[in-house]
Amino acid sequence: MFLFFLSSGLFLGWSLGANDASNVFGTAVGSKMVRFRTAAICCSIFIVLGAVISGAGASHTLGKLGSVNAIAGAFIVAFSAAASVYLMTKVGYPVSTSQAIVGAIIGWNFFSGSLTNYHTLTKIVITWVACPILSAVIALILYKVLVLGIYRMKLDMFRLDSMTRYGLFIIGAFGSYSLGANNIANVMGVFVPVSPFTDISFLGLFKLTSTQQLFLIGGIAIGVGVLTYSRKVMTTVGEGIMKLSPVSALAVVSAHSLVLFLFASQGLEAFLQGHGLPTIPLVPVSSSQAIVGAVIGIGLLKRGRGIRWRVLGGIASSWAVTPIIAALVSFISLFFLQNVFEQKSYRPVAYAITSEAMARIQKQGISLKETENIIGKEFPDAEHFYSALSKSKNLKPKERDFILKSAEIDNMDITDENLETISIDPHWITQKEKNDLEKLEGRKFTHKWQLDEALSEISPNWRPSENDKKYDENLKHKLSHIYEKFRRHNN
Amino acid sequence: MEIRILKKRLDIGRQFDDFLDKVSEAGLLFKTGIDAYLSDNIESFEKKIEDIVETEHDGDALRRDLEETLYVQTLIPESRGDVFELLENMDALLDRFKGALWQFNIERPQLFKESNEDFRELTSCVVEAVEAVVRSSRAFFKDISSVADHIHKVPYWETQSDKVASRLQQTIFRQEDLPLSHKMQLRDFVKHVDKIADRAEDVSDKLRIFVIKRSL
Repeated sequence: MFLFFLSSGLFLGWSLGANDASNVFGTAVGSKMVRFRTAAICCSIFIVLGAVISGAGASHTLGKLGSVNAIAGAFIVAFSAAASVYLMTKVGYPVSTSQAIVGAIIGWNFFSGSLTNYHTLTKIVITWVACPILSAVIALILYKVLVLGIYRMKLDMFRLDSMTRYGLFIIGAFGSYSLGANNIANVMGVFVPVSPFTDISFLGLFKLTSTQQLFLIGGIAIGVGVLTYSRKVMTTVGEGIMKLSPVSALAVVSAHSLVLFLFASQGLEAFLQGHGLPTIPLVPVSSSQAIVGAVIGIGLLKRGRGIRWRVLGGIASSWAVTPIIAALVSFISLFFLQNVFEQKSYRPVAYAITSEAMARIQKQGISLKETENIIGKEFPDAEHFYSALSKSKNLKPKERDFILKSAEIDNMDITDENLETISIDPHWITQKEKNDLEKLEGRKFTHKWQLDEALSEISPNWRPSENDKKYDENLKHKLSHIYEKFRRHNN
Repeated sequence: MEIRILKKRLDIGRQFDDFLDKVSEAGLLFKTGIDAYLSDNIESFEKKIEDIVETEHDGDALRRDLEETLYVQTLIPESRGDVFELLENMDALLDRFKGALWQFNIERPQLFKESNEDFRELTSCVVEAVEAVVRSSRAFFKDISSVADHIHKVPYWETQSDKVASRLQQTIFRQEDLPLSHKMQLRDFVKHVDKIADRAEDVSDKLRIFVIKRSL
């Protein structure tokens, strides 16, 4: 069964390779500086390396796919995203896997009656607009700087040629590496908790953990996607929008890598924060958008004469269509999965303002006067609960979110049996943390926050820090892993 | 593999230099060859012909090598066609030098004293025009921004050579003791040599466009 579910992840990996990976080498191939074969091989190798060596682990995905709470649902989400990316690859448009995934998750949300976090969604959608613009500006500046440098250095034609080629190659390899590292979680992240693999040691020289083995497989799937199907999208990126000279191709890929780095670098965020500067939201941006933006930037520098607007229009509409297709495919397949194959594609999450939740809400100073009728009543899903809550007009959105979080029912039993399933891993759950959990043995919780509070009473290690975002993120993932282990399964 | 390609690329830069050297050399051989012919030093003239044949042969081999390398290694993809054309055109100039010298050897035209100086001047103008194209081409490969320093000299020398050629033809046709056939033979020679400067100008016009295309 695991292998069957894994297949949709591999499909997603393959379509990611066929589409997103084209961005990294598309301009190099389009300007004929690097042959397609060379590019594809180099790209695949570095993707696999990036995935295995610095695959960002479950952390990225769980954030994004976190709410998808059943493996069959995750399977469908991955499958729908992959199918829509494949469709776009077939017509040769560079689209983004993250867009497709967001669409597929929204489809799942509709089906399962979960709420879509519109705040996050808006943030993501805004970056879909901001990212190409930023990328265009950076490409423009980089190009100007490069040209100035080339004139200053008085490079001869062949030296410039070889330097540009090396630049394209190195940045391409670097881009592939980070593509593998960042996106492997999209592809394989959902399968990490259910992986049946065990660690393998190679002659005691190096060790592949079960996660790394999973990432290796995913990386290979991406690599195969690059080798077998990326040519068409590469052509669109490299030549379709406008003909690029090798130097402008170099500016384009550099801008693309820089933008991805800006939106993904926690180090940069910490630096900006440390100096009291405004930070850039860390959201998954699409490499396709970055690259297309950069190409347009160069085109505008040449007064837009070389840009083929028809191709560009096609790309823009494919960006709008991809999440919609993914959402539709996801919704329809979930329907079939649930009703025809009778597979559970989501775990229903009920909501009720229990007396504990009530106490917590009141402690925050939120008045529930207008919504007294819903107190104690259980709602089958977030949607119903939220619409009942919406009847109260004087609740602020923040307060509403707080009530929603407090009322979420998640029955958990801390039993000896459950405790045994938690394995110790110095990078994940330490012995000390397990000891903390053992102290809670025998207790029952109705809400997640109750467990959080109980744990933070035992040790300050379980409390979220004030300013260490990475620590908080990690803690959140650890906790959701723990909820998973202690959850009471009624059916 | 990468190191080899880098080395190849440095080699190819040198090969271009060598090729342009050959074109320049052919110009000098042409000039000294004509000089020897005008001074009735036939032995030296024949030596120059041997030399220029060899130079042309070397130039051809270099050009073929370069063209092959450019395509096999897919170097300078965006300017490859232009560089290819430039190579062909430069080679054609080299051929013209050799051809003109050969023509002198075949026909051995009887020149008269009054025309010798003008003939020397014509040759010199033509060689200068080609030399300016060679320098511009070198700049095109090495430092594109300095092409402008050389390329403007080509039309100048071409105009000069036109002027000398007209004057020379007038002198030829005003010779009363020469039969018309002889005059026509000499006129053909003047035109033949003058044509080289015209071709050099054509090459420089194309080069100008290549420069615009390559400008970043």
